[in-house]
Amino acid sequence: MIEYQNIFTQVQVQGPPELGMDNENNMAAERMITPFFSRLVGWIGNAQIGPVYLGWTGLISLATGILWLNIIGLNMLAQVGWSIPEFLRQGFWLALEPPGPEHGLSMPPLDDGGWYIIASFFLLVSVCTWWLRSYLLAKQQKMGKHVAWAFASAIWLFLVLGLFRPVLMGSWSEAVPYGIFPHLDWTTAFSIRYGNLYYNPFHCLSIVFLYGSVLLFAMHGATILAVTRFGGDRELEQIYDRGTASERAALFWRWTMGFNATMEGIHRWAWWFAVLTPITGGIGILLTGTVVDNWFIWAQEHNFAPMYDGSYGYESYGSYEAFIGQED
Amino acid sequence: MFPKWFDKWNRENPTDIYGPAVIIGAIGGAVFVATMLVAWGQPYATDSMQTGPRGTGMSVPEFKVDLAEPDPDIALLLEDPPYPPMEGEPLAGEVYENVQVLADVPEGNFLRVMNAITRWVAPEEGCAYCHGDGPLETYGEDNLYTKVVARRMIQMTQNFNENWDGHVNANKQVGVTCMTCHRGENVPSDIWFKMTPVTEATSGWSSNQNRVTMQSQYTSLPSDALETYLLDYGRIGVHDLESRVAGIPGQDDYPGIQQAERTYALMNYVSNSLGVNCLFCHNSRAFYDGSQVTPQWATESLGIGMVQEMNNEYLVPLRDLYPPERLGPVHADAPKAACKTCHKGYQQPLQGTNVIKDWPELATTGAPDYGN
Repeated sequence: MIEYQNIFTQVQVQGPPELGMDNENNMAAERMITPFFSRLVGWIGNAQIGPVYLGWTGLISLATGILWLNIIGLNMLAQVGWSIPEFLRQGFWLALEPPGPEHGLSMPPLDDGGWYIIASFFLLVSVCTWWLRSYLLAKQQKMGKHVAWAFASAIWLFLVLGLFRPVLMGSWSEAVPYGIFPHLDWTTAFSIRYGNLYYNPFHCLSIVFLYGSVLLFAMHGATILAVTRFGGDRELEQIYDRGTASERAALFWRWTMGFNATMEGIHRWAWWFAVLTPITGGIGILLTGTVVDNWFIWAQEHNFAPMYDGSYGYESYGSYEAFIGQED
Repeated sequence: MFPKWFDKWNRENPTDIYGPAVIIGAIGGAVFVATMLVAWGQPYATDSMQTGPRGTGMSVPEFKVDLAEPDPDIALLLEDPPYPPMEGEPLAGEVYENVQVLADVPEGNFLRVMNAITRWVAPEEGCAYCHGDGPLETYGEDNLYTKVVARRMIQMTQNFNENWDGHVNANKQVGVTCMTCHRGENVPSDIWFKMTPVTEATSGWSSNQNRVTMQSQYTSLPSDALETYLLDYGRIGVHDLESRVAGIPGQDDYPGIQQAERTYALMNYVSNSLGVNCLFCHNSRAFYDGSQVTPQWATESLGIGMVQEMNNEYLVPLRDLYPPERLGPVHADAPKAACKTCHKGYQQPLQGTNVIKDWPELATTGAPDYGN
């Protein structure tokens, strides 16, 4: 019983490294790193590390990604006078900021957002070539392109935030700063500036899909772990040859709530919920400032932000003196 | 380790001790925690002050242990009622030389005020802090900057009490004296200086934020909020009042996200200065909406106007009088004040203690009213 309630994978298989297929697509070409095994990694996944495909997409993606990260890091370092201790101390506060609003969509000076534009260009190349990797590798193995399209939905939100919306707004200053706390401040300020994003219906939808994804992931993960003792963790076998694990899992949910997904269908649920989170979120961001400037007022115009009747009743709230216990 | 008979007995009588041990441990732990809570009480109990309509969640929470302890500075205030003016008592302006601001005060009360100012501002240095080490005849001289500054500060205090009644006495008569800010120190705590740029090798919006500073309230928000809004009369509102507005934010006097961040820095400063949250003044679902703010919002708006006037009319013009060590570390600017200089983390300074009742001399720019 304990075996199935452990957070780590209990069984590690180690033998000759598995090198995969090498058929008409020349699939073993450009695979790097001699495979090896790691017991530590085996606790959370497959113990075998490598080989890995690099190829031209990987090369470009890694190179531009490293450039992006280093431009940010060196800018932050320059901001604290090249002091490593200050860099570590202020690390979560520092940022590479987009240009000020006065620069519009022009190329700003390097010290006022110019580096941000350059870094963002490299990040764009990096993310897009990594997407191409996920597409090409799936194609090579004659897989569906589900991973690539799911990744594309995240890239949609990324492009809305950093490219589409700033262009539509006519100013790079609308983009998100690269920094730990600064990007969170941006998020709050963005919501407040545009009259409270919680009244943006696409933001609502995005939250629904985000929380829904969490719920579905927990339900699915729990269900599969619960029937692993019957072979339920070999999900694909269960899809084409339904066994007692699938039967028990299905009965559990049908008897619990009257409905059950199928061994295949649960993955469609999960895929769509995950993919719709950034798709709806991206739509909501794209509309903000371009179509709607104040979501609270918009919500009142569309009758879903409740109005108070005006009787605030301040006189009955109790006094400050009573609150601090100094009432005579 | 154990005797053989013990190991043998254990082998022959296998018993699951872990199950009962876990259960007894869990129940025993729960009983212990419950006993402690009943005996000692909830250590983090909070109380809330309602600030808005029911159902909106508008309230200001505080730990009960903090509420139970009054502001320790209240104990520093001494009862010192004014002397009833005597018939024919000479005024300070008639007795002493060079009395410019308290000339209408009878001599006895003038000395009482002078003593009090010593207590409030320079308890260790005494009269010499402003008047120098010379004999009494030299007290009329304006040789020390401290005396010239103090004179201006008396005028400022009188101005607050007389002309900013709507902020200072918004809830009840409390007034302001030197003690409200100074608390027995030469220089009040929680003053501020200009400090941007806070990052090197940057310009524009990149240079005024993303550094841990007092003015950003230790966030990565802009560090020039006090300077922009409480000195330079910057516009604080950042919202559009229609659902759709044409234009590019941040350009042509049309606020963008950067202005929203700077405003947020100011609001953080105000909240922390008063020990409250956003909901003390705003309904957070629509921060800007004047029909949903609380009465405190109006008091606060007056306070912003008062601070702007204080900095521009009183504090900044004194810059050239100060010695270098009193000036700002970055721009060598005059020390400036804002909400926290008086409030020090309380909704009302000194928790709403009436500090002006003994000091009619400071309550007005004219002759003091002793009630007769």
